[in-house]
Amino acid sequence: MLEYIISKYNYWMYIVLILIGFYAMMAKNNLMKKLIGMGIFQWAIICYFMSIGSKKGGTIPIISEHGSGIIRAIDFINPLPHVLMLTAIVVGVATTGISLAILISIYGRYGTLEEDEITPPHLNPLPRRGEGTLKGNRK
Amino acid sequence: MKKAPAFIVIIIMGFLLVYSAEEFPKWGDPNQPASLHVSPRYIEKTVEETAVPNMVTSVLADYRGYDTMFETSVIFTAGITVMLLLRRKRNGKRV
Amino acid sequence: MVREFEDVIIQTLARFLIPFVQLYSLYVLIHGHGSPGGGFQGGCILAASFILIVIAYDLKEAKRRFPEKTLLIFCCLGVFIYAATGWACLLLGSNFLDYGVLSDILPTGHVKARYYGMAMIETGVEIAVMAVMFSIFLDLTTKGEHEGILGETDAGVHHK
Repeated sequence: MLEYIISKYNYWMYIVLILIGFYAMMAKNNLMKKLIGMGIFQWAIICYFMSIGSKKGGTIPIISEHGSGIIRAIDFINPLPHVLMLTAIVVGVATTGISLAILISIYGRYGTLEEDEITPPHLNPLPRRGEGTLKGNRK
Repeated sequence: MKKAPAFIVIIIMGFLLVYSAEEFPKWGDPNQPASLHVSPRYIEKTVEETAVPNMVTSVLADYRGYDTMFETSVIFTAGITVMLLLRRKRNGKRV
Repeated sequence: MVREFEDVIIQTLARFLIPFVQLYSLYVLIHGHGSPGGGFQGGCILAASFILIVIAYDLKEAKRRFPEKTLLIFCCLGVFIYAATGWACLLLGSNFLDYGVLSDILPTGHVKARYYGMAMIETGVEIAVMAVMFSIFLDLTTKGEHEGILGETDAGVHHK
Protein backbone atom coordinates (compact mmCIF):
# COMPACT_ATOMS: atom_id res chain seq x y z
CA MET A 1 0.00 0.00 0.00
CA LEU A 2 2.76 2.43 0.91
CA GLU A 3 4.71 1.40 -2.15
CA TYR A 4 1.66 2.13 -4.29
CA ILE A 5 1.41 5.62 -2.87
CA ILE A 6 5.10 6.36 -3.28
CA SER A 7 5.44 4.97 -6.79
CA LYS A 8 2.80 7.37 -8.09
CA TYR A 9 3.51 10.46 -6.04
CA ASN A 10 3.67 12.72 -9.06
CA TYR A 11 -0.04 12.09 -9.75
CA TRP A 12 -1.02 13.10 -6.23
CA MET A 13 0.84 16.36 -6.56
CA TYR A 14 -0.81 17.21 -9.87
CA ILE A 15 -4.24 16.20 -8.60
CA VAL A 16 -3.85 18.65 -5.71
CA LEU A 17 -2.89 21.42 -8.13
CA ILE A 18 -5.83 20.63 -10.39
CA LEU A 19 -8.24 20.80 -7.47
CA ILE A 20 -6.77 24.09 -6.26
CA GLY A 21 -7.08 25.64 -9.70
CA PHE A 22 -10.59 24.39 -10.22
CA TYR A 23 -11.73 25.64 -6.82
CA ALA A 24 -10.33 29.08 -7.60
CA MET A 25 -12.20 29.14 -10.88
CA MET A 26 -15.51 28.23 -9.26
CA ALA A 27 -15.62 29.87 -5.87
CA LYS A 28 -13.83 33.17 -6.14
CA ASN A 29 -15.70 36.35 -6.90
CA ASN A 30 -13.01 38.44 -8.47
CA LEU A 31 -12.49 37.81 -12.16
CA MET A 32 -8.73 38.16 -11.90
CA LYS A 33 -8.58 35.39 -9.31
CA LYS A 34 -10.58 33.16 -11.60
CA LEU A 35 -8.01 33.79 -14.29
CA ILE A 36 -5.20 32.87 -11.95
CA GLY A 37 -7.06 29.66 -11.09
CA MET A 38 -7.31 28.86 -14.78
CA GLY A 39 -3.59 29.40 -15.10
CA ILE A 40 -2.85 27.05 -12.22
CA PHE A 41 -5.10 24.39 -13.76
CA GLN A 42 -3.39 24.77 -17.12
CA TRP A 43 0.11 24.42 -15.74
CA ALA A 44 -0.84 21.41 -13.64
CA ILE A 45 -2.07 19.64 -16.77
CA ILE A 46 1.09 20.57 -18.68
CA CYS A 47 3.35 19.27 -15.91
CA TYR A 48 1.27 16.10 -15.66
CA PHE A 49 1.73 15.33 -19.33
CA MET A 50 5.44 15.96 -19.16
CA SER A 51 5.79 13.63 -16.19
CA ILE A 52 4.31 10.82 -18.27
CA GLY A 53 7.26 10.93 -20.63
CA SER A 54 9.97 10.16 -18.13
CA LYS A 55 11.87 6.90 -18.02
CA LYS A 56 13.94 5.52 -15.18
CA GLY A 57 17.62 5.92 -15.99
CA GLY A 58 16.98 7.87 -19.16
CA THR A 59 18.72 11.03 -20.16
CA ILE A 60 17.60 14.17 -21.98
CA PRO A 61 16.40 13.68 -25.56
CA ILE A 62 19.44 15.15 -27.26
CA ILE A 63 21.92 12.86 -28.96
CA SER A 64 25.35 13.94 -27.89
CA GLU A 65 28.29 13.53 -30.20
CA HIS A 66 30.46 12.26 -27.39
CA GLY A 67 28.26 9.31 -26.62
CA SER A 68 28.29 5.87 -28.17
CA GLY A 69 27.04 5.41 -31.70
CA ILE A 70 24.24 3.04 -30.76
CA ILE A 71 20.95 4.76 -30.05
CA ARG A 72 18.51 2.74 -28.03
CA ALA A 73 15.07 4.06 -27.26
CA ILE A 74 15.34 3.03 -23.63
CA ASP A 75 18.19 5.44 -22.92
CA PHE A 76 16.29 8.60 -23.74
CA ILE A 77 13.13 9.99 -22.28
CA ASN A 78 10.10 10.28 -24.48
CA PRO A 79 10.23 13.52 -26.48
CA LEU A 80 6.61 13.49 -27.61
CA PRO A 81 4.94 14.93 -24.49
CA HIS A 82 7.48 17.75 -24.43
CA VAL A 83 6.66 18.65 -28.01
CA LEU A 84 2.92 18.62 -27.48
CA MET A 85 3.20 20.64 -24.31
CA LEU A 86 5.27 23.27 -26.12
CA THR A 87 2.23 23.90 -28.27
CA ALA A 88 0.02 23.88 -25.20
CA ILE A 89 2.15 26.48 -23.46
CA VAL A 90 2.00 28.80 -26.44
CA VAL A 91 -1.76 28.40 -26.69
CA GLY A 92 -1.97 29.14 -22.97
CA VAL A 93 -0.02 32.36 -23.43
CA ALA A 94 -2.37 33.40 -26.22
CA THR A 95 -5.44 32.64 -24.11
CA THR A 96 -4.06 34.54 -21.12
CA GLY A 97 -3.24 37.57 -23.23
CA ILE A 98 -6.70 37.74 -24.75
CA SER A 99 -8.45 37.17 -21.43
CA LEU A 100 -6.47 40.00 -19.84
CA ALA A 101 -7.54 42.25 -22.69
CA ILE A 102 -11.17 41.27 -22.04
CA LEU A 103 -10.70 42.06 -18.35
CA ILE A 104 -9.40 45.52 -19.19
CA SER A 105 -12.47 46.13 -21.35
CA ILE A 106 -14.80 44.91 -18.61
CA TYR A 107 -13.17 47.17 -16.06
CA GLY A 108 -13.44 50.16 -18.36
CA ARG A 109 -17.08 49.44 -19.06
CA TYR A 110 -18.41 48.51 -15.61
CA GLY A 111 -15.86 49.99 -13.24
CA THR A 112 -15.47 46.83 -11.21
CA LEU A 113 -14.07 43.33 -11.53
CA GLU A 114 -16.25 41.62 -8.94
CA GLU A 115 -18.63 39.18 -10.45
CA ASP A 116 -21.70 40.06 -8.36
CA GLU A 117 -21.45 43.73 -9.15
CA ILE A 118 -21.40 43.33 -12.89
CA THR A 119 -25.03 43.74 -13.83
CA PRO A 120 -26.56 42.77 -17.15
CA PRO A 121 -26.53 45.38 -19.92
CA HIS A 122 -30.24 46.08 -19.96
CA LEU A 123 -30.08 47.29 -16.36
CA ASN A 124 -26.85 49.18 -16.79
CA PRO A 125 -27.05 51.08 -20.05
CA LEU A 126 -24.16 52.78 -21.71
CA PRO A 127 -24.00 56.53 -21.25
CA ARG A 128 -25.34 58.48 -24.15
CA ARG A 129 -23.09 60.25 -26.58
CA GLY A 130 -21.32 63.13 -24.98
CA GLU A 131 -21.56 61.85 -21.44
CA GLY A 132 -18.42 59.77 -21.33
CA THR A 133 -16.45 57.31 -23.39
CA LEU A 134 -16.40 53.55 -23.49
CA LYS A 135 -13.40 53.49 -21.24
CA GLY A 136 -15.21 54.89 -18.22
CA ASN A 137 -15.85 58.49 -17.51
CA ARG A 138 -12.79 60.52 -18.18
CA LYS A 139 -12.28 64.23 -17.60
CA MET B 1 -22.66 31.52 -1.26
CA LYS B 2 -20.55 29.78 -3.81
CA LYS B 3 -18.12 28.05 -1.53
CA ALA B 4 -20.22 25.12 -0.26
CA PRO B 5 -21.25 23.67 -3.66
CA ALA B 6 -17.71 24.31 -4.89
CA PHE B 7 -16.30 22.26 -2.02
CA ILE B 8 -18.66 19.39 -2.75
CA VAL B 9 -17.74 19.38 -6.42
CA ILE B 10 -14.04 19.50 -5.55
CA ILE B 11 -14.32 16.54 -3.19
CA ILE B 12 -16.21 14.45 -5.74
CA MET B 13 -13.74 15.36 -8.47
CA GLY B 14 -10.78 14.60 -6.21
CA PHE B 15 -12.21 11.22 -5.36
CA LEU B 16 -12.74 10.40 -9.03
CA LEU B 17 -9.22 11.48 -9.96
CA VAL B 18 -7.59 9.49 -7.17
CA TYR B 19 -9.68 6.46 -8.05
CA SER B 20 -8.64 6.63 -11.68
CA ALA B 21 -4.97 7.07 -10.76
CA GLU B 22 -4.91 3.34 -10.28
CA GLU B 23 -4.88 2.91 -14.05
CA PHE B 24 -2.01 5.27 -14.65
CA PRO B 25 1.44 3.82 -15.26
CA LYS B 26 4.10 4.06 -12.62
CA TRP B 27 6.42 7.01 -12.74
CA GLY B 28 9.44 6.21 -14.87
CA ASP B 29 8.12 2.98 -16.33
CA PRO B 30 9.83 2.33 -19.67
CA ASN B 31 7.06 0.05 -20.92
CA GLN B 32 4.16 2.42 -20.61
CA PRO B 33 1.92 2.85 -23.66
CA ALA B 34 3.04 6.43 -24.24
CA SER B 35 6.59 5.31 -25.01
CA LEU B 36 5.86 2.30 -27.14
CA HIS B 37 4.25 3.06 -30.46
CA VAL B 38 5.77 5.85 -32.51
CA SER B 39 8.17 7.37 -30.02
CA PRO B 40 10.99 4.78 -30.40
CA ARG B 41 10.99 5.43 -34.11
CA TYR B 42 11.42 9.16 -33.55
CA ILE B 43 14.24 8.54 -31.09
CA GLU B 44 16.16 6.07 -33.21
CA LYS B 45 15.74 7.61 -36.63
CA THR B 46 16.15 11.30 -35.93
CA VAL B 47 19.84 11.59 -36.78
CA GLU B 48 19.78 9.39 -39.84
CA GLU B 49 16.64 10.96 -41.33
CA THR B 50 16.97 14.59 -40.36
CA ALA B 51 20.58 15.17 -39.22
CA VAL B 52 19.32 17.04 -36.14
CA PRO B 53 20.46 15.64 -32.79
CA ASN B 54 17.77 17.40 -30.77
CA MET B 55 14.79 15.08 -30.84
CA VAL B 56 12.32 17.66 -29.56
CA THR B 57 13.16 20.10 -32.36
CA SER B 58 13.08 17.45 -35.04
CA VAL B 59 9.69 16.17 -33.95
CA LEU B 60 8.32 19.71 -33.53
CA ALA B 61 9.61 21.12 -36.80
CA ASP B 62 9.82 18.14 -39.12
CA TYR B 63 7.66 15.21 -38.14
CA ARG B 64 4.89 17.39 -36.71
CA GLY B 65 5.59 20.57 -38.65
CA TYR B 66 1.99 21.03 -39.69
CA ASP B 67 0.85 21.43 -36.07
CA THR B 68 3.58 23.98 -35.45
CA MET B 69 2.41 26.04 -38.37
CA PHE B 70 -1.07 26.28 -36.96
CA GLU B 71 0.31 27.03 -33.53
CA THR B 72 2.15 30.00 -35.03
CA SER B 73 -1.06 31.14 -36.63
CA VAL B 74 -2.79 30.82 -33.24
CA ILE B 75 -0.35 33.17 -31.62
CA PHE B 76 -0.65 35.55 -34.56
CA THR B 77 -4.43 35.50 -34.13
CA ALA B 78 -4.02 36.26 -30.43
CA GLY B 79 -1.96 39.34 -31.22
CA ILE B 80 -4.51 40.58 -33.73
CA THR B 81 -7.38 39.87 -31.32
CA VAL B 82 -5.84 41.89 -28.51
CA MET B 83 -5.41 44.77 -30.95
CA LEU B 84 -9.04 44.50 -32.03
CA LEU B 85 -10.33 44.36 -28.47
CA LEU B 86 -8.46 47.25 -27.01
CA ARG B 87 -8.02 49.87 -29.68
CA ARG B 88 -11.09 51.96 -30.22
CA LYS B 89 -12.23 55.08 -31.93
CA ARG B 90 -11.34 58.01 -29.82
CA ASN B 91 -12.90 61.43 -30.34
CA GLY B 92 -13.53 60.77 -34.00
CA LYS B 93 -10.04 59.49 -34.78
CA ARG B 94 -9.96 56.07 -36.43
CA VAL B 95 -8.08 53.15 -34.87
CA MET C 1 0.19 56.97 -10.35
CA VAL C 2 3.03 56.35 -12.74
CA ARG C 3 5.80 58.87 -12.62
CA GLU C 4 8.79 59.06 -14.85
CA PHE C 5 11.86 58.23 -12.87
CA GLU C 6 15.16 58.35 -14.63
CA ASP C 7 17.78 56.26 -12.97
CA VAL C 8 21.30 56.43 -14.34
CA ILE C 9 22.27 52.96 -13.15
CA ILE C 10 19.32 51.21 -14.73
CA GLN C 11 19.59 53.08 -17.98
CA THR C 12 23.30 52.46 -18.33
CA LEU C 13 22.92 48.79 -17.54
CA ALA C 14 20.04 48.41 -19.96
CA ARG C 15 21.93 50.15 -22.70
CA PHE C 16 24.80 47.78 -22.12
CA LEU C 17 22.81 44.57 -21.81
CA ILE C 18 20.24 44.81 -24.60
CA PRO C 19 22.53 43.88 -27.52
CA PHE C 20 23.81 40.88 -25.60
CA VAL C 21 20.27 39.71 -24.83
CA GLN C 22 19.41 39.91 -28.51
CA LEU C 23 22.55 38.05 -29.46
CA TYR C 24 21.67 35.39 -26.91
CA SER C 25 18.24 34.98 -28.43
CA LEU C 26 19.78 34.39 -31.85
CA TYR C 27 22.13 31.88 -30.25
CA VAL C 28 19.20 30.00 -28.71
CA LEU C 29 17.45 29.99 -32.08
CA ILE C 30 20.33 28.63 -34.11
CA HIS C 31 21.46 26.15 -31.50
CA GLY C 32 17.96 24.72 -31.24
CA HIS C 33 19.19 21.85 -33.32
CA GLY C 34 21.89 20.70 -30.96
CA SER C 35 20.85 21.89 -27.51
CA PRO C 36 17.56 22.90 -25.90
CA GLY C 37 16.11 25.89 -27.66
CA GLY C 38 14.35 26.73 -30.85
CA GLY C 39 12.06 29.35 -32.27
CA PHE C 40 9.61 29.94 -29.44
CA GLN C 41 12.23 30.29 -26.77
CA GLY C 42 14.36 32.67 -28.82
CA GLY C 43 11.35 34.74 -29.74
CA CYS C 44 10.42 35.29 -26.11
CA ILE C 45 13.96 36.35 -25.22
CA LEU C 46 14.03 38.80 -28.13
CA ALA C 47 10.71 40.27 -27.02
CA ALA C 48 12.11 40.57 -23.50
CA SER C 49 14.93 42.73 -24.80
CA PHE C 50 12.47 45.23 -26.23
CA ILE C 51 10.40 45.18 -23.06
CA LEU C 52 13.60 46.05 -21.22
CA ILE C 53 13.75 49.27 -23.23
CA VAL C 54 10.22 50.11 -22.13
CA ILE C 55 11.09 49.41 -18.50
CA ALA C 56 14.38 51.28 -18.36
CA TYR C 57 13.45 54.19 -20.58
CA ASP C 58 9.93 55.10 -21.51
CA LEU C 59 7.42 54.12 -24.12
CA LYS C 60 8.40 56.86 -26.55
CA GLU C 61 11.95 55.56 -26.78
CA ALA C 62 10.76 52.04 -27.48
CA LYS C 63 8.33 53.25 -30.13
CA ARG C 64 11.14 55.24 -31.70
CA ARG C 65 13.29 52.16 -31.99
CA PHE C 66 10.57 49.79 -33.06
CA PRO C 67 7.73 51.64 -34.75
CA GLU C 68 4.18 50.41 -34.89
CA LYS C 69 4.08 49.62 -38.60
CA THR C 70 7.25 47.53 -38.44
CA LEU C 71 5.73 45.57 -35.58
CA LEU C 72 2.65 44.72 -37.60
CA ILE C 73 4.71 43.77 -40.61
CA PHE C 74 6.85 41.45 -38.50
CA CYS C 75 3.76 39.75 -37.08
CA CYS C 76 2.69 38.71 -40.56
CA LEU C 77 6.21 38.10 -41.86
CA GLY C 78 6.86 35.29 -39.40
CA VAL C 79 3.84 33.23 -40.40
CA PHE C 80 4.55 34.03 -44.04
CA ILE C 81 8.11 32.69 -43.87
CA TYR C 82 6.83 29.46 -42.35
CA ALA C 83 4.14 28.98 -44.98
CA ALA C 84 6.46 30.06 -47.80
CA THR C 85 8.86 27.25 -46.96
CA GLY C 86 5.99 24.82 -47.21
CA TRP C 87 4.84 26.31 -50.50
CA ALA C 88 8.36 26.11 -51.90
CA CYS C 89 8.28 22.39 -51.17
CA LEU C 90 4.93 22.15 -52.95
CA LEU C 91 6.20 24.02 -55.98
CA LEU C 92 9.18 21.71 -56.25
CA GLY C 93 6.91 18.73 -56.67
CA SER C 94 6.48 17.09 -53.27
CA ASN C 95 4.13 17.34 -50.30
CA PHE C 96 3.55 20.43 -48.24
CA LEU C 97 6.35 20.91 -45.68
CA ASP C 98 8.40 18.03 -47.03
CA TYR C 99 11.82 19.60 -46.74
CA GLY C 100 13.70 16.82 -48.50
CA VAL C 101 13.01 18.22 -51.95
CA LEU C 102 14.66 21.51 -50.99
CA SER C 103 17.90 19.80 -51.93
CA ASP C 104 17.07 20.78 -55.51
CA ILE C 105 17.62 24.44 -54.65
CA LEU C 106 20.10 24.26 -51.81
CA PRO C 107 23.55 22.80 -52.52
CA THR C 108 23.30 20.11 -49.86
CA GLY C 109 22.24 16.52 -49.67
CA HIS C 110 18.76 15.17 -49.18
CA VAL C 111 19.11 14.66 -45.44
CA LYS C 112 20.84 17.96 -44.76
CA ALA C 113 18.11 19.82 -46.66
CA ARG C 114 15.72 18.87 -43.86
CA TYR C 115 18.11 20.46 -41.38
CA TYR C 116 18.07 23.74 -43.30
CA GLY C 117 14.33 23.62 -43.83
CA MET C 118 13.90 23.36 -40.08
CA ALA C 119 16.22 26.32 -39.54
CA MET C 120 14.16 28.44 -41.92
CA ILE C 121 10.86 27.70 -40.26
CA GLU C 122 12.28 28.28 -36.81
CA THR C 123 13.36 31.74 -37.96
CA GLY C 124 9.83 32.44 -39.07
CA VAL C 125 8.47 31.28 -35.73
CA GLU C 126 10.90 33.48 -33.82
CA ILE C 127 9.98 36.63 -35.73
CA ALA C 128 6.25 35.98 -35.28
CA VAL C 129 6.52 35.22 -31.57
CA MET C 130 8.70 38.26 -30.89
CA ALA C 131 6.37 40.67 -32.66
CA VAL C 132 3.23 39.28 -31.06
CA MET C 133 4.68 39.26 -27.54
CA PHE C 134 5.80 42.87 -27.81
CA SER C 135 2.51 43.92 -29.37
CA ILE C 136 0.44 42.24 -26.65
CA PHE C 137 2.63 43.86 -24.00
CA LEU C 138 2.16 47.32 -25.48
CA ASP C 139 -1.58 46.87 -25.83
CA LEU C 140 -2.10 45.55 -22.33
CA THR C 141 0.02 48.07 -20.48
CA THR C 142 -1.38 51.13 -22.20
CA LYS C 143 -4.97 49.93 -22.57
CA GLY C 144 -4.72 50.28 -26.31
CA GLU C 145 -4.13 53.98 -26.17
CA HIS C 146 -0.54 54.05 -27.20
CA GLU C 147 -1.09 54.94 -30.80
CA GLY C 148 -0.83 58.67 -31.00
CA ILE C 149 -0.13 59.39 -27.37
CA LEU C 150 3.60 59.42 -27.01
CA GLY C 151 5.62 60.98 -24.30
CA GLU C 152 2.78 61.64 -21.89
CA THR C 153 3.00 60.10 -18.50
CA ASP C 154 -0.59 58.94 -18.72
CA ALA C 155 0.25 55.81 -20.65
CA GLY C 156 -0.48 52.91 -18.34
CA VAL C 157 -2.27 54.95 -15.71
CA HIS C 158 -5.69 53.79 -14.82
CA HIS C 159 -8.51 56.25 -15.33
CA LYS C 160 -11.53 55.85 -13.09
